[in-house]
Formats: sequence, structure tokens, C-alpha cells
Amino acid sequence: MCLAIPGKVLSIEKDAQPIMGNVSFAGINRRVCLEWLPDVQVGEYVLVHVGFALSKVDEKEAQKTLDILKQIDGGLDEVRDVNCA
Amino acid sequence: MRFIDEFRDAETAQGYAQLIKNITTRPWIIMEICGGQTHSIVKFGIESLLPEMISLVHGPGCPVCVTPLEIIDKAIAIASRPDVIFTSFGDMLRVPGSKKDLLAVKAEGGDVRMLYSPLDAVKIARQNPEKKVVFFAVGFETTAPANAMAVHEAKRQGINNFSILSSHVLVPPAVEVILSSPTNRVQGLLAAGHVCTVMGFEEYVPLAERYKIPIVVTGFEPVDILQGIYMTVKQLEEGRCEVENQYARSVRRKGNVPAQNLLKEVFAVTDRKWRGIGEIPASGYRLSDEYAAYDAEKLFGVESIEVQEASVCIAGQVLQGMKKPRECPAFGKECNPEHPLGAPMVSSEGACAAYYHYGRINAEQTVS
Repeated sequence: MCLAIPGKVLSIEKDAQPIMGNVSFAGINRRVCLEWLPDVQVGEYVLVHVGFALSKVDEKEAQKTLDILKQIDGGLDEVRDVNCA
Repeated sequence: MRFIDEFRDAETAQGYAQLIKNITTRPWIIMEICGGQTHSIVKFGIESLLPEMISLVHGPGCPVCVTPLEIIDKAIAIASRPDVIFTSFGDMLRVPGSKKDLLAVKAEGGDVRMLYSPLDAVKIARQNPEKKVVFFAVGFETTAPANAMAVHEAKRQGINNFSILSSHVLVPPAVEVILSSPTNRVQGLLAAGHVCTVMGFEEYVPLAERYKIPIVVTGFEPVDILQGIYMTVKQLEEGRCEVENQYARSVRRKGNVPAQNLLKEVFAVTDRKWRGIGEIPASGYRLSDEYAAYDAEKLFGVESIEVQEASVCIAGQVLQGMKKPRECPAFGKECNPEHPLGAPMVSSEGACAAYYHYGRINAEQTVS
């Protein structure tokens, strides 16, 4: 039930009450409440739950999860070697 | 889909699985709290990637599962009235009450509608001033702000034919029940990432200290869950018990403060009964006094409905990580998703339903 999906902000209606905007989820657009992210900009990614954006998705932090293996003693190469051994 | 596909990448997942194997020297029991995480773990066969010494047990984080039977009966009583439009998230419609479910009410002519967002219920109320529109407001801290916004908007717009049937639950008090139990065997916790997008994670720090347990805020995709397990096992092996944040791309330490402020305005903390567990002090939200006029239980006089739970299944033990679904003699036999005996078989995020749906391919499956 706590399912939340990342989407890209296409437009912001700053004068709406509450603040709303259009968000694209892999090409499917929905109107989403942006009231709780007052500094969100068009082009940024937000995490949306039941029509409400709960947080901005931080691209640098996302990349860290994916990169961390590369930083650990040879990372994926070592993993591949172990798997093949 | 960006921020989803890359976190399902098989090579990255196997990388983390290998890291976990490299550092594990002893058996550890780790609980994931959220039903969405349970669903991912079973669906993607994550347990098959872990060393045998790591056991995952499943927590109570499925709001559909822990909503008490009597709230379902109250919803059915309200939805059956001819002057009511009853609105709800789809998950709640097929949860069996003691005699029938909300879909049966709809089949019998009741106006029961499934919504994507609680704000849609306010819109329906505005468009149907001759009807009383009720929204079934269930959920954890992730969903509570959206439900609060619906009530806030109804008040702001002067809509008086709108109310909510509130059954909100809070994660930290349930975690404390599990960790403080004399039979607790959980040694590490994966905290629910989306709950923490709203609430942040500072409230978990005293729990980690009091119960000497590592708590890692974790996301929902296979790579997230494996990294969360890796961070938890690393703490356990190094003898640390801290709160760490795996899901930093979406979770900030203080959470979403504007959403929290709305929660404080619209709701007040109250004792709540959890299906399969019982009453937990200060574990839910009710409407605050300022918003009491929007309380459907009072408006429709259903406060006194009480129901006894059938006690044949081991749901309480499953929801607290004491037993796994397959340890129940009724699992997959007299208890199945079509005829659930207990709460965790009701929702697809319940541990029993997840095991039922994905159990057959569990042994060979890997992340793809």
C-alpha cells in the first residue's frame, strides 16, 4: 500500500491551492499534488504516492548505490571472478 | 523506468549478494518491516541470493492486513446506506468483513467507488451535494498526509457532506512491541523507506539504542533491499547498532516537514487495535478536535461495532516475525487468497499472500 513511484515534473501550477503539477511516469502523465515540495523545479524527479509527491529523488545519491560496488576492492570484477570460480 | 530499472539490475544485485556472503560469519535474523518490501523479497527471490546464515522474517507493515475486522464491518455498515457514496483505495474493497466485503455491498447496489487519490473523494463530494461522501482513510505514515490533505481541503472549501473512516497506524510503536517481546528473535531491522520519506528517521534512533539493534532505512527494489541487508549485516558483524539510511535518494533525515505539519494539524495520536496483534498504545491517528466534524464513525453512529477475530490462524506470530507463513498448518489449504482466514493472506503485500503467489517459483528464481 505504501507503493510510491518516481516521475519527472513537467509543469507546476504555483497558484493552485494546494500546489499541483503534471508528472510523467515513463510517458504516462498524471496531475500530482506538489504542495509539500515548495522548491521543486520542472525537470526534477519526485517520488509520488496516491497522487502526492513526498520527496525529491536525488540523482547523486541514486548513483552512489549503483557505484558503491566499483569502489570496493575491484568491485564487480571481483564478484564476477568469484562467481566463475 | 528511471530510478526503478537500474535498481533491478541483476549484476548489481548479485554484486551486493556477494558482498553479503563475504562478510557473513554468523547466523543473523533480519526483519523487513514493510509489506511492499516483503512482496519484493518473495517476488524477486532475494532469499535465494543470501547465504544460509541470513534469515529474513517479515514484519507488520501491511496496513490492509492490520486493519481490524471491526473497522471493515463499520465500513460495510456505512457503505450499505442509500444516502452514502463510499470511496476507498482498491486494496480495501475485497478485504472480508465478518459477513461480506465492500465489493459485495457494491454488487447489492451500494455506491462504492475505488479511487486513486483521496483528493478525488473531495471532488465527488463537491459534485454530489445531496449525498454523504465517505473516504476509507487507512494507511501508515506514508498515506496519512494525503488523507489529511483531503480533510483539510474539504474544510477549506466548506464542503460539509464529506467525512473519513479513519484507521491510520504508525510504524515505530509496532516495532517497539516486537523488539520488547521476551520471545523476540529479530537482530536487525530494515525500516520502511516510504514511511521515512514523510517522517524521516530520527524517531528510530532511540529504538536502536534501547534495543541494541541496527536499523537501516531501506528502499523497495531488489538492489535497495540487498544493499540494506548488506549494511545491516555489516553493522551486526562489527558489533554496531546505529540507524543508517540506504534509501538516501528519497529519504532525508528530518523527512518531509510540511507534510508532518499537516499531520499535526489534522490528526491526533491515539491507541489503535492491530489485526492479529491487538491494541498498541499511541500507535495510530484519529482526527484532531478541530476536525472532529469529519469523523464518519461519529456521524453514522457505528462506534460501538465490535467483532471477535477467528483464532484459527497464526497471523499474530507471522506479523511479528515469530513464524513464517509455511509454518501455519492452514497455509495454502483452508487459508488462501480467495478464502483468507487471517490478515496476512488478505492483501498481496501480506506475507502469507506473497508466499502463496510466488512460492512455487521460489527455489530456482533469481533477480532478472
